[in-house]
Amino acid sequence: MNIKILGSGCANCQNLEKAARQAVEELGLEATFEKVTDYADIASYGIMRTPGLVVDEEVVLSGRVPTAGQVKELLTAR
Amino acid sequence: MTATTEVGTRRASLRRWGGLALAAVLWWALYLVNEPFWDWLIGSVFGLDLASRLGSGVHFFFFDSVKIVLLLAGIIFLVTVARSFMSVERTRALLGGKREGVGNVLAASLGVVTPFCSCSAVPAFIGFVASGIPLGVTMSFLIASPLVNEVAIALLLGLFGIGPTLLYVAAGLVIAMLAGFVIGRLKLEGWVEPFVFETRLRGQVIDSTAGLTWDDRIQMGIEEVGAILRKIWPYLLVGIGLGAAIHGWAPEDFFATYAGADNPFAVLIAVLLGVPLYSNAAGILPLVDALYAKGMPMGTLLAFMMATVALSLPEMILLRRVLKPRLIATFAGITAIGIIAVGYLFNAVL
Repeated sequence: MNIKILGSGCANCQNLEKAARQAVEELGLEATFEKVTDYADIASYGIMRTPGLVVDEEVVLSGRVPTAGQVKELLTAR
Repeated sequence: MTATTEVGTRRASLRRWGGLALAAVLWWALYLVNEPFWDWLIGSVFGLDLASRLGSGVHFFFFDSVKIVLLLAGIIFLVTVARSFMSVERTRALLGGKREGVGNVLAASLGVVTPFCSCSAVPAFIGFVASGIPLGVTMSFLIASPLVNEVAIALLLGLFGIGPTLLYVAAGLVIAMLAGFVIGRLKLEGWVEPFVFETRLRGQVIDSTAGLTWDDRIQMGIEEVGAILRKIWPYLLVGIGLGAAIHGWAPEDFFATYAGADNPFAVLIAVLLGVPLYSNAAGILPLVDALYAKGMPMGTLLAFMMATVALSLPEMILLRRVLKPRLIATFAGITAIGIIAVGYLFNAVL
């Protein structure tokens, strides 16, 4: 599983990454994390509010920081 | 649905709405006791004369701090919950295919109601322009969003009442519409960094506020109150401190004499001072409140506040990623002219 955190390094992005890492760990998944900080790349995913969460090239969340529990739901729903 | 989960949901919703009602009552009670409490504490317990300089300054500081924090918490919460029914994605869809003119009016109005922070200005700009929304229409949105903001609305409403608040909102909308329209007419697309037009939007768009429950929205409201108060409290304290100093020490009619409605340069100077001053509405409005009490006209003060909140250096540095300096200067110049015009207009009619 490939997980991308979209955002220009603001506090929200770090909180999102924290939540995502915790969710992955609790679910016992194998995942690689990537940070996307370039604005053109971020926008090309169609995201207009940072932070954004992209799982296997699919945008699953944008514009808010979820709890680890919510990320778990998003990951298991896929 | 089984009977037990039904009872569970009913209990959850009772807890949610009951909690909100309790919070509202508590808020109202605090708001009501605020003034008598400080009258009593500073006047009776500490024995200061509330009409004296020190007494009125100290009273202003504590009374205003509490009042402003209460107003901010209440209005930010309501606005955040209301805005959670809108999203930048929906705004962009609404603006798609709109012509200039109509598009500018719609973009400015949506700029007020869309949940948006200037930290997202760049991805939103790219997302709008790359999906074919005209530059001028996009600018109307980006100007309206910080110019007409919930913190300023909360404070104007609490300190000056509904009249000046409506004037402020209307003025902000008109400035954003016209400035965006002018930028569109000037055909400045060449002053946008070329990569913006080359960005290809792929993947399906997901709505950032879709599928939220009431509990999510309330939670977002509470978090937003905390986040904004944490961010603005230093500005607020400095603003209220300066306000208190002016309130207690500046001579009556001092500002009316030197910066009154009959001084033709007052608005111009207020805007030129406001642009580089990086603060936000929470830091500016206590100052505005004190200056108004000392006879400065409302038009000059609104212009000062709008210049401070609408044109900020950090946002311009961010926008530099997508706009060439000439376009940033044009946008700042046109917006500043609009604010100056509004200041003179209000001074003339109020």
